[in-house]
Amino acid sequence: MKKLPIELTINGRAHELLVSPKETLLNVLRERFHLTGAKYGCGIGECGACTVLLDGLPVLSCQLLAVMCNGKKVVTIEGLSPQEAAAHPMQDSFVEEGAVQCGFCTPGMVISATALVEEKSEPTTEDIKVALRGNLCRCTGYENIIRAVKTGARKMKEV
Amino acid sequence: MKIPSGKVFRNDAYAKVTGKAKYSDDLKFFNMAHAVPVYSDYIHAENLQVDTGAAEKSAGVLKVITAADVPGSIRFGQIDQDYCMFAEKKIMCAGDVVALVVAEQRSQALSAAEKVVISADPLPVVSDPEAALSPESPIVREIENSNLMNHHKMRRGDAPQELKNCDIVLQEEFSTQFIEHAYMEPESAVCVPRQDGVMEVYGSMQHPFSTRRFVGALLGEPLSHIEVYQPPTGGGFGGKDDTAAIVCARAALAARLLNRPVKLTYTREWSIRESYKRHPYRLNYKVGIEKSGRVKAVQVRMISDGGPYLSVSPWVNWRSTAQCFGPYTVDNVHADVLCVATNNPVTGAMRGFGAPQVNFAVEQISDIAAERLGISPLEYRRINMVKQDGETVTGQVLDTHTVSMEQVMDRVAGEIAYEEKLGRCSRGTSEGDELYGVGLSISYRGSSLGAEGMDFCSSVINCQFDGSILLETGIHENGQGAESVMLMLLAEQLGVRLDRIKYKRSSTSNVPDGGTTVATRGTIMGGGAVTAAVQKLKQLMADNLYDVLQCRPEEVRFADDHVLGPDSDSKITWDEAMQHLFLKRVYPYAFGSFQAPDVSWDEETGQGDAYFTYVYSCQAVELTVNKSTGKIKLQNVVAAHDIGRAVNRAMVLGQMYGGITQGIGMALSEDLEIENGKFAHLDLNHYKIPKARELPEMTGIIVENPDPQSPSKAKGIGEPALELIAPAIANAVYNATGIRYRDMPLKVNPEDLK
Ligand code: FES
Ligand code: FES
Repeated sequence: MKKLPIELTINGRAHELLVSPKETLLNVLRERFHLTGAKYGCGIGECGACTVLLDGLPVLSCQLLAVMCNGKKVVTIEGLSPQEAAAHPMQDSFVEEGAVQCGFCTPGMVISATALVEEKSEPTTEDIKVALRGNLCRCTGYENIIRAVKTGARKMKEV
Repeated sequence: MKIPSGKVFRNDAYAKVTGKAKYSDDLKFFNMAHAVPVYSDYIHAENLQVDTGAAEKSAGVLKVITAADVPGSIRFGQIDQDYCMFAEKKIMCAGDVVALVVAEQRSQALSAAEKVVISADPLPVVSDPEAALSPESPIVREIENSNLMNHHKMRRGDAPQELKNCDIVLQEEFSTQFIEHAYMEPESAVCVPRQDGVMEVYGSMQHPFSTRRFVGALLGEPLSHIEVYQPPTGGGFGGKDDTAAIVCARAALAARLLNRPVKLTYTREWSIRESYKRHPYRLNYKVGIEKSGRVKAVQVRMISDGGPYLSVSPWVNWRSTAQCFGPYTVDNVHADVLCVATNNPVTGAMRGFGAPQVNFAVEQISDIAAERLGISPLEYRRINMVKQDGETVTGQVLDTHTVSMEQVMDRVAGEIAYEEKLGRCSRGTSEGDELYGVGLSISYRGSSLGAEGMDFCSSVINCQFDGSILLETGIHENGQGAESVMLMLLAEQLGVRLDRIKYKRSSTSNVPDGGTTVATRGTIMGGGAVTAAVQKLKQLMADNLYDVLQCRPEEVRFADDHVLGPDSDSKITWDEAMQHLFLKRVYPYAFGSFQAPDVSWDEETGQGDAYFTYVYSCQAVELTVNKSTGKIKLQNVVAAHDIGRAVNRAMVLGQMYGGITQGIGMALSEDLEIENGKFAHLDLNHYKIPKARELPEMTGIIVENPDPQSPSKAKGIGEPALELIAPAIANAVYNATGIRYRDMPLKVNPEDLK
């Protein structure tokens, strides 16, 4: 199969690469760039474990062909924090509020939550539940996650 | 050192929120090949023929492995050695794997897998457990002459006789469904042959030691030749034992045959297809009650669907037997719990382990009985529940810990204003479109394995001369925060700063087999082992430091990151203590082990001290049912559990909410549609686990009556949280609609409400 050239900016760095037409963004991130924070949980757009930011908006990378991302900016959980050394306030909040159990849904949850707060700085519980409708978690019952998003929103305002 | 309460501590949280945590599928090794499984379209068939010729020639293919390539035993299991890791001559169920294709790249393995040609002669599919018991039914397992795989009994007093003399006799039937664990991370394994001949296994699993046994069996190699590491596991809930271990075993076989690293990662589809499920139960109860409200006799028959392999069904069924009438004292009980072989998916361990099914029935019966008696549901429960120094249905006297059944129930009833709200329930009529109901249920749960398992666990504390400490236990991190709890217990008991301690990455070649981290035994057993090791370490340190502290060995204390004498003037820092020990050439190293207190069981009568302690729980829910759609909307859940002592509060609450949520899924939405052994769907689109939007507000109450049976005073929360919300919901739906739903998942047909 013929490979196609694309340009992708991943976590602030520009890359040129050849992808096969059927390759998903999730595959490119995990297999070529070893950015394994985005997870495969279902492959059909049901779980949200593969969520990353594409030009600032949350997308399901398992549902997106890499070729369609040509020229776009991708941010993964590994690149969410602007500073290398410190975690993003939303990441801190997830830790503090006990929102992490097995952690498999966590990167996707944090990405969706951050995107929500970027858009709406003081989300209500309902806003959060709506924003997380595409993110499944089997461990936490979402309670502590919702709390973490609220705390995260407060922290993001402070910085 | 005290951990500030209310603060969460998790040693793995930052790695997980930043995406740095490496789960099994995130690992890569040089020269790694990829394997994929091949399934057949048969459910039950014989004369299996597998033609791998075309697949072998496919691009990039290194090998196609079938039963013929297995050097060790094809079959293995935790109780019976019957679980087929590669189908040999027969297909027994939809999840049977006939071959493993290994290729340079995963995409190559996937396309080659389609070229494996499978043929077999179909056999009749046995799919109804009840029918499977009739003498005319075809036999599923050749090794046996009936489809009855297991039968547990309880014979206490004379229930059939006593039932004749009761004022009220209820006869009730309930059913529950197959439940998928639906851990977010599908199974994955990476196996790496090491130059010293050892096979390294990295896998998503719950039990590295069990995995090691499966791998050893398939490879035909001793346990010492296999070293299993457990990377972070993306959820287990009891589901990552047999199947996950078999995935590791197959990857190991490929790695051994090719002599290079092999990764085998499951798709969601394969995961649902092959992994074992929660047993569906049919439960028939006859309950005899006196006018006073006392239950006099219970006769029950439960039939569970075991699928074609035994797995741990007898243990699951055993819990259903030992707790066959919930947390109530009854003098006459006649119980039969059967497990039947079918060609349906294999069933095995799942969080709750044979209790959620029983509770679903028993706690609805409680409400039905109260109504018949004309007393409040709380009153009925109060009359019959286990009390301090009272007896369980197994004849166990509960005198070794605080029996807090009533305390826990009262906390929940008070918090949710149960009695008052009960009066406001719609019972089928309301002015608006919504019917309102409140419902409650209680349970007790035997901690740890109980009389059916070997229950012991160990721990190693290895203090370094620079003041840092390494801790290891035989308990494993499944995402529930087990390592963090062990670290906190050690810091607290040794009086040292938490950041001194590192949890040592565990491997099966280091610490001895600590048993599987199931049955809510992590905290109690691992904590017991840590406590034992700490005691030894303190003794060793006291014997070698008392002269420095100018006191007697028994006066040496450990607190505030110091080792102290009887008064606070004589003290040395932890670092100084380590230097002293170094100069004395003494290793500050201790191995501790904890054996669960004795339990007992009589197979014929089902009597004995089933568990060494119990967790007491109550959950209640408020909900509405829409008259025109039948949709059930949960509004509010309150839960209280007496777990002895909460070591990591926020994590306990997190486990509680997570467990309740899984229970809600079971009650309302989760249904693996299996028709004649075949899955209707293999995705999370149709199998609906709860989403944030469908969940109510939840309030968790932690009740703490420190348990003397547990060295750390703590019990566990993993399973109690899940096992009783479903009947509370069913009771609330009844109180809303006036209709009793006895089958899970509960579906209200709006026609019925007219
Ligand atoms: S893996 Fe992309 S949504 Fe599940
Ligand atoms: S923490 Fe395990 S799936 Fe969310």
